Amino acid sequence: MLELYEGALNVPQIITRWYSEEAEYNYGAYIPFIGTVREEDAIEGLSFDVYEPILFSWFDAWQAKAEALGAKLKMAHSRGDVLVHESSYIAAVFSPKRRVALEMIEQFVEDFKASAPIWKYDLKNGERLYARDRSTAIAGAGILGGKQ
Amino acid sequence: MVTVEFLGPIQKAALTLEAVSLRDVANVLKEDHEMAQWLENCAVAVNDTLVASLDTPLKDGDKVSLLPPVCGG
Repeated sequence: MLELYEGALNVPQIITRWYSEEAEYNYGAYIPFIGTVREEDAIEGLSFDVYEPILFSWFDAWQAKAEALGAKLKMAHSRGDVLVHESSYIAAVFSPKRRVALEMIEQFVEDFKASAPIWKYDLKNGERLYARDRSTAIAGAGILGGKQ
Repeated sequence: MVTVEFLGPIQKAALTLEAVSLRDVANVLKEDHEMAQWLENCAVAVNDTLVASLDTPLKDGDKVSLLPPVCGG
């Protein structure tokens, strides 16, 4: 399940609801990862653009990997502005035993950072500035510029 | 005609152009100076599937998307 929200996430509501949704499925492990906007470089917050069609297909591919291991993924992300000390991202894995969940949460979050079509901007002095230096080119990028 | 759309921080309106492969799209965009900073680092999708070759064929009505470097979370 992939959920998108305008603005900051209501973390207690989401992680509690996810816990309840899976309570009857005999999962022994539930590992949520919560991403919160830190106060640094005098930013007021972050802002996000999301390209849904590819984000959903990327997530579906990961869900298929999880299902093959008897696990389930859930993810929530913000669109638009999220202020300092608010949260913009939750990823969670449910699995029968801990090892699959511990390994999958790391792989999933790392691939999310490298591949999910989401763009981050710093909110600073009333401007929305692309976080170019913290962004990662998607694998295979550059073909239009001659990289094959 | 194919449509070329520019996602995220690329501040550019969508284009429509004649193209039979991604190579034709690349040739048009290389002439566009404001795109110079993006062509080396954008991933490319055709009809919302990422592609890896300039020889990817295109047909009338296809949508080409340019995805600049990402940073979710």
